[in-house]
Amino acid sequence: MTTQATGTSVLKSIVVEAPIERAFSVFTEDFGSFKPPEHNLLGVEIAETVFEPREGGHLFDRGVDGSECRWSRVLAYEPPDRVVISWDIGAQWQIETDLEKTSEVEVRFVSEAPERTRVELEHRNLDRHGAGWEGIRDAVGSEGGWPLYLGGFAERVS
Amino acid sequence: MKTYRVEGWTALGDPTRRAIFERLAEHPWAVGDLAGELPVSRPAVSQHLKVLKDAGLVVDRRAGNRRIYQLDPDGVGALRAYLDQFWSRALAAYKATVEQRIEEDS
Repeated sequence: MTTQATGTSVLKSIVVEAPIERAFSVFTEDFGSFKPPEHNLLGVEIAETVFEPREGGHLFDRGVDGSECRWSRVLAYEPPDRVVISWDIGAQWQIETDLEKTSEVEVRFVSEAPERTRVELEHRNLDRHGAGWEGIRDAVGSEGGWPLYLGGFAERVS
Repeated sequence: MKTYRVEGWTALGDPTRRAIFERLAEHPWAVGDLAGELPVSRPAVSQHLKVLKDAGLVVDRRAGNRRIYQLDPDGVGALRAYLDQFWSRALAAYKATVEQRIEEDS
């Protein structure tokens, strides 16, 4: 896996031994099977993660109690080449309703051979989340002024 | 003295530093307490914290005779570094899923 980082984005690239159609379908249909388990804004265990396969659709987690959390919008859906989703998770590890403060993830699939596909992922516009950080820092104060966003992740890791 | 600025994602490539970073994501820590939590010496923890600080991921302050470290609340660097790790893990698991399926199908 290769990695690059710029000021406000994360870039990742990985090669998988699979045809491009399969690489695309697994990424979208099985997203819930490989996303890190702490990625959960529900209060309960996730029963399934749904990736609606169309522009204008959503990614959402459905909890074992039937509750749902829509944490992403499908901005582009172009099988088998490209998919773009939003990252609607705000600085307080809550659903961000102000779309100006959301970032986006573009995933490109490039066929290198009939059975080999390069997957390039770019999570960009991370600075948009930053708009809320100042207020949070002021609210929390310097004593506990770590990003609550990451604290939310950490709670779910442990 | 020459200093090297390490990018956040490089700094988090080391598993011990990642463990320290995840502890700091929970709440601020004093160096000695962190060392007590991890299977590494206090000087080693201090060295790792220095790398994280140079990478712009953590900040420190003095409280009495203790030095307290916490994630940098100002920058987008900590968020980016965390998401970098997040996607690394997601893509590694994705690759395993894709390639496992082919084996099952064949």
